[in-house]
Amino acid sequence: MRRKLPLIIAFGIGFAMLIQYFIPHPRSEAFYNVIVQQWFIIIFAFMYIFALRSFFMHHITKVKKKKEGYIFSAVAMVSVLFMLLSGLITSRGPFFDSLYNYMIAPLQGTMFSLLAFFIASAAFRAFRARNVQATLLLVTATVVMIGRVPIGDYLWKGMPALVEWVMTIPSMAAMRGIRIGVGLGAVATAMKIILGIERSYMGGE
Amino acid sequence: MIVMWIGLLYIFAQIPTTVVATTDSLSLSPPTNLKAIDTPNDRGESITLRWNLPEDLSSIEGYQIFRKSKEEALHLAGYAPMNKTEYTDELNIENNVEYQYQIRSLSPEGFVSKFSELSPPVVAYPQWFKKNEVNILIMVLIYLGLIVYFILIARKGKEIFLRRIPGLDALEEAVGRATEMGKPILYVPGIWPMDEIGTIAAMNILKPVSKKVAQYESRIIVPCIDPIVMNVAQQTVKEGFTEAGRPDRYNQDDVFFLTSAQFAYAAGVNGIMVREKPATNLFLGVFFAESLLLAETGNATGAIQIAGTDRVPQLPFFVAACDYCIMGEELYAASAYLSEDPRLVSSIKAQDWGKMAILISLFLGSILAIFGLRFILSWFSAG
Repeated sequence: MRRKLPLIIAFGIGFAMLIQYFIPHPRSEAFYNVIVQQWFIIIFAFMYIFALRSFFMHHITKVKKKKEGYIFSAVAMVSVLFMLLSGLITSRGPFFDSLYNYMIAPLQGTMFSLLAFFIASAAFRAFRARNVQATLLLVTATVVMIGRVPIGDYLWKGMPALVEWVMTIPSMAAMRGIRIGVGLGAVATAMKIILGIERSYMGGE
Repeated sequence: MIVMWIGLLYIFAQIPTTVVATTDSLSLSPPTNLKAIDTPNDRGESITLRWNLPEDLSSIEGYQIFRKSKEEALHLAGYAPMNKTEYTDELNIENNVEYQYQIRSLSPEGFVSKFSELSPPVVAYPQWFKKNEVNILIMVLIYLGLIVYFILIARKGKEIFLRRIPGLDALEEAVGRATEMGKPILYVPGIWPMDEIGTIAAMNILKPVSKKVAQYESRIIVPCIDPIVMNVAQQTVKEGFTEAGRPDRYNQDDVFFLTSAQFAYAAGVNGIMVREKPATNLFLGVFFAESLLLAETGNATGAIQIAGTDRVPQLPFFVAACDYCIMGEELYAASAYLSEDPRLVSSIKAQDWGKMAILISLFLGSILAIFGLRFILSWFSAG
């Protein structure tokens, strides 16, 4: 029963959600809202307790054993507690908002901005003309990059049109091919889960 | 004096001309043949109006739509632009209440035509089936039938050919390399919650990977961004270790919650890569802008990297920075490929048949479209 009950729930809910898609009635919508929104929020809230336990256990162990970079673990724990307390004490007031707007948001922005440098280093490696395919990639990427900036139009009037053709015909064809495969694969995976053939996600066979 | 009279005469002479040139309510004609129907295939609370355009559109800016019911007098309920012949009224419509409509034309100057004839009473009610998406239902059923058919074939013991996927073949080598080097394996299951099919696929792959890790007596680190994913990952890894006969080697602290913020997660995982220096990095699941941040850092640490995602825009980044890339649908097929369970493998065969059907439809549709026959388009359009 320990194995069968999750399978029965997965089959029942999965099949019900499949049918729900084809029923526009408000009762069907209400069912969707209960399952997807309310249940999900409840489960998520409880899972956060486990997540926080995992977070603190992981970092406390690192600090106790003084593993490499344990100071970052200490900072992470203090930060979580500080944010938690400031949110609770100020009822998510201006101080809490300031912490978010002037600390978390700039830190996330900084991390995101690193992407520009990472793209440059990855492109440098990817565009080395080692074989025919890599050379083709190099030539196409160069044309697209030049064509996307004003100098492309300055060098050759037909450059923007060529770039547009590359993006809308060969590139789009390849992307659609992958997307069709992804769509079919997603449906097949969903079917396997609903029918109970795929059980790895539950931990066991 | 004479000049003044001439001037006045001139002004009076201009007045009739101006009046004729200006659009008035008499020169505007209303739309004809107004029909109101309950909007099909919806949850109710909506009525669709259709009408024929007036003959002369030159002085019309749009149409004012009026509504009345037993409870409410005739009042303005909506507006449609000049070239429109359809309007969906969803403004405070109640189910099972009779409504009637009238429509009139409006000029740019604010003049209005007389009202059209009153539409017959119409009632909005919710439907129980989306008739306009019956084609999707038929395709889903056909596809489901194909999957069941190939599963039955697999049960009979017929061998199904599966092409090699280099990224998945390299998994064993990658785990073995980590063991030889005495370093851990980092498994990043993406940044999306458990309700995403790509994350479920990542969990499906985690099971055979953790089993291999246990067999090689190596260590796997799984940092998670979502609490539910963390719980599922813990159970999956534990089961993998148990199946391999090494439950004692399972360490729950190696499958942990890192953070729920995207770039903080990227920073945290990068930190793990730099400090722990895993021999193998596996990025399998749903990734967005952090994909290259992770893959480039892993590349700099010299780890073998295998990445797989169903997010097409992230594939080039993984191709550029990783040793092997599992593309799109291969991510979903990975679980079947690694487990070699005939029932799972058979579903991949159904996927191939589905792709073949789409390819044939595309080819036939293109040929027919050249000859002006576009009916095949309606088979694939939803809504």
